Amino acid sequence: MDFFHTIIAILESTIRVSVPLIFAALAGLFTERAGVFDIGLEGKMLGAAFAAGAVAAVTGNVMMGLMAAVLISVLLSLVHGYASITQRGSQIVSGVAINFIVAGSTVILGEAWFRQGGRTPALSGDARFQTITLPFADAVRDVPFLGPIYSELLSGHFILTYVAFALVPFSWWVLYRTRFGLRLRAVGENPSAVDTAGISVIWLRYRAVICCGILCGFAGAYLSLAMSAGFVKGMTAGKGYIALAALIFAKWRPVNIMLACLLFGFLDALSIRLQGNPLPLIGQVPVQLMQALPYILTVILLAGFIGKAIPPKAGGVPYVKER
Amino acid sequence: MSDIAIELRGIDKSFGLVHANKNINLTVRKGTIHGIIGENGAGKSTLMSILYGFYQADKGDIIIDGKTVTIKDPNAAIASGIGMVHQHFMLVENFTVLENVMLGAEESQILNTSISKARVELKRLEKEYALEVNPDALIEQLPVGLQQRVEILKALYRKADILILDEPTGVLTPPEADHLFRILGQLKDQGKTIIFITHKLREIMAITDEVSVMRRGEMVATRKTKETSVEELAELMVGRRVLLRVEKGAANPGEVKLAVENLTVRDGRGVTMVDNVSFNLRAGEIVGIAGVAGNGQSELLEAISGIRRAVSGKVLLNGKPIDVTGHVDPRELRDRGLGHVPEDRHHVGLVLKFEEAENGILGYHHEKRFLNGVFLNTKAIQADAEEKIKKYDIRPPNPRLKTANFSGGNQQKIVLAREMERGPDVLIIGQPTRGVDVGAIEFIHKRIIEMRDQGMAVLLVSVELDEIRALSDRIIVMFAGGVVGERDPDATEGELGLLMAGVEGRKEAAE
Repeated sequence: MDFFHTIIAILESTIRVSVPLIFAALAGLFTERAGVFDIGLEGKMLGAAFAAGAVAAVTGNVMMGLMAAVLISVLLSLVHGYASITQRGSQIVSGVAINFIVAGSTVILGEAWFRQGGRTPALSGDARFQTITLPFADAVRDVPFLGPIYSELLSGHFILTYVAFALVPFSWWVLYRTRFGLRLRAVGENPSAVDTAGISVIWLRYRAVICCGILCGFAGAYLSLAMSAGFVKGMTAGKGYIALAALIFAKWRPVNIMLACLLFGFLDALSIRLQGNPLPLIGQVPVQLMQALPYILTVILLAGFIGKAIPPKAGGVPYVKER
Repeated sequence: MSDIAIELRGIDKSFGLVHANKNINLTVRKGTIHGIIGENGAGKSTLMSILYGFYQADKGDIIIDGKTVTIKDPNAAIASGIGMVHQHFMLVENFTVLENVMLGAEESQILNTSISKARVELKRLEKEYALEVNPDALIEQLPVGLQQRVEILKALYRKADILILDEPTGVLTPPEADHLFRILGQLKDQGKTIIFITHKLREIMAITDEVSVMRRGEMVATRKTKETSVEELAELMVGRRVLLRVEKGAANPGEVKLAVENLTVRDGRGVTMVDNVSFNLRAGEIVGIAGVAGNGQSELLEAISGIRRAVSGKVLLNGKPIDVTGHVDPRELRDRGLGHVPEDRHHVGLVLKFEEAENGILGYHHEKRFLNGVFLNTKAIQADAEEKIKKYDIRPPNPRLKTANFSGGNQQKIVLAREMERGPDVLIIGQPTRGVDVGAIEFIHKRIIEMRDQGMAVLLVSVELDEIRALSDRIIVMFAGGVVGERDPDATEGELGLLMAGVEGRKEAAE
């Protein structure tokens, strides 16, 4: 029974750490499927986390924080869009630039405004997302097996967690069952086909980039308003890149993305759990190795296990009319 | 109701210093197939792009159905009833036929309703115009001919009355092209107006009612097809008299320069592409390999030139074996006297981003005459390029110009000059005039004959049967990887056609 509870605990934390990955990877899905590669997921998430933490601290209202996160993230997306769609610049350079600018400016602004070494003030009460207890969670707690799964694993998460998982089928529906999705996927494969069909390639790609901004905003807000109580410098800690890896691992498909993010989240949760606990047969393992485990496995998975990932054909290439 | 579908008046368009269209006037009658012919770069595609709203004309009027219209984007063109089948298909390869057809013309925000409506409409169009295609097939799984059909369906789905086809046969095999012509005939019978752009004279004569000729951005003439001839059109296109038939004397074959014995080649999936092929090539003769594209000719050339490994068989160059089943170094083959003009000049023959002079020595850059110690001798390279430019009339005559900026014909001349001027014993040439203008074709053909007369052994592969018949001293026909027959160049087109289709050959091979 103890083992069972350990499993439940690891899975529960898997869900918790997967949420920002899911938001960010879905964000990447929208823009990359439209042919705009985005290495700046990390920066947008970080900028959003800072905006959320700062605004929630000042206003004391979590919703204001969330809105600020989405706003900043969309603005950063538009910068990326302007550079790579309108000005036809390098999408990689633009993304990297955003990452650097955000990493530096969040610390500078945080220090200038709050003087806590780049942190935003700790949030509490209405300034932070609260966990939600699902109906009957307490009543069924003692039901063997299913009880703990419901009340501990599925219940007691933040609203954003449920939103993230609901966004998976929703994104699938948008991409594969709406006109917008059809055109978005088309523009990532062959923008000329879209252009000759009388649809604006530019506007379509901008809309995709805005979708990406909104979702990155959610990812950032989750980090500073739900998972932690405030912004800490560099708090994304490479999650944007892991999300990018999950996106490729999932071959740019929504449901696969959720599974990939859960896998990466699971590795993360496992490494936290195993820190300081001796492994059977192996004994004590250095903490650093445990912390590196998810990243090592990421490399192995990406290198060996996905087979041929075919990215959207027009990905990374600015659209220029022929001549 | 006038009987004129489109009238262009005084269309003018410049791109920077390039004056692509100069004061173009054109009248296209309803329910006809109107050909527009001209060499590459004559301004045909620019004119059609203006009509389809891709570019805006600097000056001039477009009159459709008697009304002056402004076509500011493809949407406006579609609304005016114009549909276009582009040279490079505008299809999303991993979408289904249905998705491609409705893209941009979906009924509603939610796809389900659009899909079912599109399916019904597509069925109707298929019936009406006999354009059958599986609506749920993925584009990437369809042969090129069917992909083109999807492009036509796309235009019809948008209720196009005027169809523009830009070089539609460039990517098609001869049977696919014939099929396309039948489809166009049907569309015409149903009252559609068709503008057919090409640089192939034969096609113009075969299917058009009227033809307009463009040269250097100008519309130089319009003729009724019945009242003109291939010779007249060629002269109008090029601006001078063109010899369409090469003149050549009898061959004077010498010793065997290249011997191919029982050569078998498989592709990456293990499918046999060249099946036990044997033939000899002698000094001073041209052997042509005829066949519908994809019957093993490409693989044969690749195996002989050391690009692809053969499974079994022998190849002797100047009497000495080439290790075709093991490791072959193309450079070594060049040193031993094998010149190779590859079928695909863009990917194999040239580096398009290099300057003309650099491409002129590619593959021979290690030779002493181009080197200064370990450095390239730029002066020698430049001088070499200038000499070839003169001799092969490569235009523009600028060795420093990027190769991508030359026309197809001139690019081909760069490759030919490189391979021919080295004076190889054996020259293998794949598709010598694919995408090449009439004027340049004449030149290239003459050069090939000259090389033969100087004692070179030439192996020629081309999907243009006319070309094979005009140049070859012997014709070998390939079908499904095997040699199905050998004929004299005076064999009739029908006889060769049957061999190419694999009808005659099987009997012969069985005997």
